[in-house]
Amino acid sequence: MNKYKVVIGLEMHCELKSNSKVFSSAKNAYSQIPNENVWPVDMAFPGTLPVVNKKCVRDALKMSMVLNCKQPKYLIFDRKNYYYPDLPKGYQITQMDSPVGVDGKIIIECDGKRKPVYIHDIHLEEDAASLDHYFGTSCIDYNRAGVPLLELVTKPCLESAKEAVSFLEAMRSIYQFCDVSEGDTKKGQIRCDVNVSIMDENDKELGTRVEIKNVNSFGGVYDAINYEIERQSKLKESGRYDEVIQETRRWDEESAKTIHMRSKVDAIDYKYFIDPNIPKIKITKELLEDIRKEIPALPLECKDKYIKEYGLSEYDASVIIKEKDYVDYYEECLELKIEPKMASNWLTTQILGEINHEEVSLKDFYLKPKYLKQIIDALNKKTISSKQAKDIFYKSCSEKKEPNSYITSDMAQINDKEVISQIVEKIMENSQEQIKQYKNGKTNLFDYFVGQVMKETKGKANPVLTKEIISSYLQK
Amino acid sequence: MSYLDKDLITIHDALVKKSVSSKQLIEEALEKSRKVEEKCNAFVTILDDAKEKEVTDNILSGIPFGVKDNYSTKDVLTTASSNTLKDYVPFYTATCVEKLFEAGAVMVNKTAMDEFGMGGTGKTAHTGIIKNPWDVKRMCAGSSAGSAAAVASGVYPYALGSDTGDSIRKPAAYCGIVGYKPTYGLISRYGLFAFASSLDHCGVLTRCVADAALVVDEMKGKDELDMTSVDSSNMHLYESLNKPLKNIKLCTIKEIVDMKNYPIDNEELKSHLQNFNKTLDLCKSLGIEVEQVSVKKELLEALASVYVVISCAEATSNLSNLTGIIFGKRGEGNTWEEMMMDHRTKGFSPLIKRRFVIGSYVLQKENQERYFKNAQRIRRLLVDEWKKLFKEYDAVILPVGSGPAKYLEGSIEKISTEYQILEEHLQIGNFGGFPSITIPNGFVNNLPVGVNLTANCFEDEKLLAIASKLEDNMPYKGQIAGGHNE
Repeated sequence: MNKYKVVIGLEMHCELKSNSKVFSSAKNAYSQIPNENVWPVDMAFPGTLPVVNKKCVRDALKMSMVLNCKQPKYLIFDRKNYYYPDLPKGYQITQMDSPVGVDGKIIIECDGKRKPVYIHDIHLEEDAASLDHYFGTSCIDYNRAGVPLLELVTKPCLESAKEAVSFLEAMRSIYQFCDVSEGDTKKGQIRCDVNVSIMDENDKELGTRVEIKNVNSFGGVYDAINYEIERQSKLKESGRYDEVIQETRRWDEESAKTIHMRSKVDAIDYKYFIDPNIPKIKITKELLEDIRKEIPALPLECKDKYIKEYGLSEYDASVIIKEKDYVDYYEECLELKIEPKMASNWLTTQILGEINHEEVSLKDFYLKPKYLKQIIDALNKKTISSKQAKDIFYKSCSEKKEPNSYITSDMAQINDKEVISQIVEKIMENSQEQIKQYKNGKTNLFDYFVGQVMKETKGKANPVLTKEIISSYLQK
Repeated sequence: MSYLDKDLITIHDALVKKSVSSKQLIEEALEKSRKVEEKCNAFVTILDDAKEKEVTDNILSGIPFGVKDNYSTKDVLTTASSNTLKDYVPFYTATCVEKLFEAGAVMVNKTAMDEFGMGGTGKTAHTGIIKNPWDVKRMCAGSSAGSAAAVASGVYPYALGSDTGDSIRKPAAYCGIVGYKPTYGLISRYGLFAFASSLDHCGVLTRCVADAALVVDEMKGKDELDMTSVDSSNMHLYESLNKPLKNIKLCTIKEIVDMKNYPIDNEELKSHLQNFNKTLDLCKSLGIEVEQVSVKKELLEALASVYVVISCAEATSNLSNLTGIIFGKRGEGNTWEEMMMDHRTKGFSPLIKRRFVIGSYVLQKENQERYFKNAQRIRRLLVDEWKKLFKEYDAVILPVGSGPAKYLEGSIEKISTEYQILEEHLQIGNFGGFPSITIPNGFVNNLPVGVNLTANCFEDEKLLAIASKLEDNMPYKGQIAGGHNE
């Protein structure tokens, strides 16, 4: 355990989902083919102008509200000026003075404990092109240039790598719940900058802040933070804390180290100013109220509800809120009046098992809640046994036919005592030899008799009843 | 008989009556372009393969026109008169140019200009110095120098210009023609190479107000590709020209036009201001009231600096796309920094580089409050001052510049501060996005001079109607440098 107090702040960039890019009509989609989704403005051809994508603005404001931020009166975009080969215009359109949200707060869960994370601001901006480096040459792919990015900046309020990752996971899940982003780190849709400093437990002022840029996976964030804590702690321990300087480092995944990029003295002056090509747009109360209506229940709200109202276990509730798809499925089950615990059991065991096994998403999964309901209804009416229910479930999934097509009246369990007694009697009459052996102590033959009844009834005899009848027969 | 030196309605009527064909007009305009090129160096490209177009009900159909070389034109070299773009051929056409094409207008040349619209002399084009057709030893002013020279020479009835400080309205005055910059947003800027986005206006140079109205009627309109463009479908400039003008009140500004503000030995200036006063007398005789008002001198004196700070700041950012990576000649060097540096060092003229340095300086974190933000505050004060005037007056009337066209040789970039207010006041039209028009109002030393009218935003109809009335009562309408064609 580290003896120093760790203070972490995060900058999380997340690509938004939209048909077109944030300031151009080019398609916003991941593509393997370079420079496929490009309009003149994405490559900054002279004379081109940005046009703000309304959907992206709505989504940005939505997230601002979800994070309990304050929204500005006007929507304003600024230019961040710097030269880089991946930046066609020589500036990035972003929000500096008047972002879509400031001073927010969101509750997250880490190791079962809830904790507020304070948000400095959240703002809408455009992504740069991507560079592919080869031996002696680099290629620029403008597909990503102009893709909408939502950048969220926390206050320095996180205390461990684990907390930082929990926050990122929570945020990714919230983005997915609000349907503003796929949040797929594999496609590079989430990228982070991390600020780390350490201090003595009783220090009043924060230690020297080190920024680590462009960490592209949550695992990377975890490792980079821990690496940096250790690096800084070692220096502090050995009385060389002055060697921890305010600097920007980058996370090198291969060597699992942070590497110096530039110190504060070399910091770039981005010469921010308001982009004159985008008139300021009033953000009305009506617009905000309209957007607020689109905000769904968030993961932790769902979890609390499932535990309190439906009596689910902490574990089951946690499993369901992991993905928006799961919650959607579950909520649909509830709407269909499937008993909540039963729905939860089916979802967390059979269904998730099946989709993991088949590697499909729950959204594309054949057995929709209405079909699950057919199985559960039949089970409740005792038309089928729980074993039959499982068989029907798998058959329905693999043959993509609705469960009702397998549930026939003929399948119904035989619960009639008379009927079973008659069958038992008939079987016993033909099994005198076995009865003798049973009575002589070969008690495992009991299962033989049950098996015979099941064979005769094609498995439909109520097994409990069958056992009762057989055992009373044998005691005669 | 030639028609290119006539106004649009006359040419259109001749086309409809088949007195002349579109083909003849285009051929003649190309021929004339070559002559003017030789004399004035007015063009970057002459479109030798320009083809006639069908004559329709649209007045512009079949008639040639010129386009300033900072409008993006598909498949036609577009250089903004800069070495950085000397081989740049765009693959899209500016919205307002496209609208003229759709109207059936025929582009016959791309006109030379001060590099990227920066500069007011016509001396910084990569193709050489642009000369005034009235006197080739003199400048056209800038930056729409080529357009002004061509229209004044009778190459065609109109050419497109752009105006960030006075780039349409001053060359118009120096070349004895009409220069009109409508309200900001009326014409889409999509496809106009940016200089200073908050000040850049598209506009037109013509030889009469009616033609300016006709052309802008066609060019204007809300464009989905320019968020600052506005819907003006209820504005009909040409139709409104003949609406009766009642109780029109103009004002002129004492601190700008009072002879006492300037050295008494400047004869050209003296004649210019006397000529301006004659125009004011004309107004009065036409029943237009003119009053002289006072504006704080400190405010007016800050004007030029405000313009420099804001325009250079925006320019340095706007032109950051010119790195030679995506378009333009790829620079040499071992790193991307070296390549960009090489491209920009070799490509831009010293004047532009100076402006970039100023722009960068005023935007720096430690300077921004003092320079850039203060400049914006003073811009606001100036605009508010003018808006106040517009509450009482229909337009502000002022002389353009401190006299006729200046000599090319011996002229320096920096204008002597004594005449600064006279030379720079047109920039207020850009600060406020006000509609502003220059028309010729006489001669000084056998060279044309102009008068400017500026009105409140979206009062373009009234502004043009006033200008048209004045024009009709002066003998300079439709004048051609060196006399009319044979």
